[in-house]
Amino acid sequence: MPTDRPLHLAVELDGDGAHPAAWRRARHAPDRLLTAARVERVVRNAEHAGFTLATFEDSLAPPSRGADLAGRIGAVERAAFVAPLTSVIAVAPVVSTTYTEPFHVASQLASLDFAAAGRAGWVVATSDDASVAAALGRPAVTDPDGLRREARDAVTVNRALWDSWEDDAAIRDVATGRYLDVDKLHYVDFVGETYSVKGPAIVPRPPQGQLVVLAADGLLPPDLVDVTLVDEPTVDDVGAAARRAATPRVFAEVEVVLDTADGDAVDRLSTLDAHTPWPAAQRLRHIGSAAGLVALLTDLARVVDGVRLHVAVLDEDLPELSARVVPRCCAPGS
Amino acid sequence: MSTVSDDVPYPDATLHLGVFFQGVNHWTIWTQPESGSQIDFTSFRRMITTAERGLFDAFFLGEGLRLREAGGRIHDLDIAGRPDAITQLAALTGLTSRIGLVATQNTTYNEPADLARRLSSLDVLSGGRAGWNVVTTDNAWTGENFRRGGFLDHADRYVRAEQFLHVARAMWDAWDDDAVATSAEAASWSRPGGVVPVRARTSQFAVDVTPVLPRSEQGHPVIFQAGDSAAGRDFAARNAEVIFSAHGGDFDDALAFATDIRSRLRAVGRPADDIRILPGTSIVLGDTESEAEEKRRWITSEQVTGATALNIASQIWGIDLTDRDPDGPLPEEAPVVAERTGAMGSRRWDDQVALVQRWRDVAAEQKLSLRETAAALEPQRGHTGTPASLADRFARFVRHGAVDGFNVSPIFTPDGLDDIVDRLVPELQERGVYPTEYRGTTLREHLGLRDPLTRRG
Repeated sequence: MPTDRPLHLAVELDGDGAHPAAWRRARHAPDRLLTAARVERVVRNAEHAGFTLATFEDSLAPPSRGADLAGRIGAVERAAFVAPLTSVIAVAPVVSTTYTEPFHVASQLASLDFAAAGRAGWVVATSDDASVAAALGRPAVTDPDGLRREARDAVTVNRALWDSWEDDAAIRDVATGRYLDVDKLHYVDFVGETYSVKGPAIVPRPPQGQLVVLAADGLLPPDLVDVTLVDEPTVDDVGAAARRAATPRVFAEVEVVLDTADGDAVDRLSTLDAHTPWPAAQRLRHIGSAAGLVALLTDLARVVDGVRLHVAVLDEDLPELSARVVPRCCAPGS
Repeated sequence: MSTVSDDVPYPDATLHLGVFFQGVNHWTIWTQPESGSQIDFTSFRRMITTAERGLFDAFFLGEGLRLREAGGRIHDLDIAGRPDAITQLAALTGLTSRIGLVATQNTTYNEPADLARRLSSLDVLSGGRAGWNVVTTDNAWTGENFRRGGFLDHADRYVRAEQFLHVARAMWDAWDDDAVATSAEAASWSRPGGVVPVRARTSQFAVDVTPVLPRSEQGHPVIFQAGDSAAGRDFAARNAEVIFSAHGGDFDDALAFATDIRSRLRAVGRPADDIRILPGTSIVLGDTESEAEEKRRWITSEQVTGATALNIASQIWGIDLTDRDPDGPLPEEAPVVAERTGAMGSRRWDDQVALVQRWRDVAAEQKLSLRETAAALEPQRGHTGTPASLADRFARFVRHGAVDGFNVSPIFTPDGLDDIVDRLVPELQERGVYPTEYRGTTLREHLGLRDPLTRRG
């Protein structure tokens, strides 16, 4: 529930921006997107702008089936790559739970938390796209109950594995020759409906103990979630969802197209939409001035702890956020 | 010191060095004040930075999929716990610029569409510095951590690995080199038809995937392999570009292995120099031979503690000997030949009866206690000497084609490479048997390898 602390600002950094045609307005050639230099530059910009958290969208399936992006570097690898190159911004990859191996995912995320010195999170996702099942040769899980079951089990297993080493399990006791105190290591012995996992983890307990778990509203039982991500079309609806969510923090998802020196937001969006329409989701979308966004975020600060921004074009909207939004944002009632 | 003559078959050969970090075994000493953290990111950063300063070709991470157990309990005598290899190497990518980044990854408890993409991600982020050490597992004990459990027959482990590689390579070849537009004015981000979906139907896999990454600067990740059985060697001859062998201590043994690999390469139609052979080794340096030997003796005594010796003996005998006296004689019992679960990791005792006899022979011949016998039979004796004598020895190994280099296992974390880089590397360079700068920017270039097997004209 919101407090009098300033609003937490998160930003999604996948591709060239949230608009499917964003690559047409990027400040680099399309064939320079999938490079270390580009990944590093965008995250550094987000860190310098003052964002709390960067997230990285992901899927085994291509980002677009049409004329737009066909490529993507894995989100865990992108987050790990930028982790030691940054110092304060948190990094959270999207990792699906539907077909992935929870044991591998727990190792990857714990390792990320070590590389990030305790700045790692996990945006829990599902894969409802049948092409992902086909890539892995698995029967497709498409029903909402099945997707929720896999998500619940995967997060349960991850949390159990992260706790399977006590913080001081490596005792290095020279007198007895024991490196480990086995009483401080725990089999997780998870048995679910579709699989079981023995444990313990292969990675010692990560610096935060538990990574910060972010998940869409309603995907998981609240006790497995640290930050609920709320997708609602109005501030009132966001507030209602936030009051229902029984998690320590609630963030609102907000799409953003800003006025820039290159053109006002409406024109920029219509130019992009002429290439590929950006369907409006069931979430807040701000199209307009930086000041208008600050006003919206100030309203949101009364009902949520943070927002995750999905900006239309990273190279155009992120500098505006950096210059005109983040510095003025956003205490409730300010 | 050897001189160049007609008897030296590869007078211009140079040595390749890699570093294997970090073993979960008793070879890494954790008891000393200089023994740092095995898991803190700073230890990895320190080690890889030293290796890159020493112009090492590769930084090599192992894989763990279950904590080792002895006698049904988690094994507590050795270092345990390590990061996921690809995640850790991705994190080290931005802190280095040349050194290769090699991840050990299993083909049994992974799926090609996922793993090939993660390896591509590392390869693209690092500008063509990724390598993949292909390993197989068939034990159900490891499978208890995974959705499918233990599902693979021992006989099928290389069948699956080979099919896995086939799919991975197809994914790495799916993008045309000019698939992505070079201008935002293009009609589409990628050229229609520039990315070809991969479809595979084999005994192990049903895959329909549209890969999401282009090739890196080196084409494909470099394929490493370590299997030593006949099946493993044939698998390597068909698929590998580097072999991480166990044959690097004794010159004749190393040469016999290399000769065998070359003949297997020719048999499958590959050039005899198409694989780099980098045995694992430890290296102990001293100012004099006797100082180095003394240091090695001390290291072995730290590695093979009484408890460790009893644990090794318990594995070999197949019975719990942990309550015996390590400074006493060998157990009188006959070994109990047991089914191997894999719980003590990749170390294998193929013939327990023969091994026990070997222990008895050595103990009787040299009048050794159990612990002394375990130390005397340590498989990781490695190389011991002065920087100059080891540089001479390594020059002989490489110029006679016994090895292409070594994968060094440091005895200490994170400073275990320092004296190798500071003292041995200059001696090697003085002999012209080690480069004075990186040959290129990719792992494939450092190793002097040809294009990937599926990318040759």
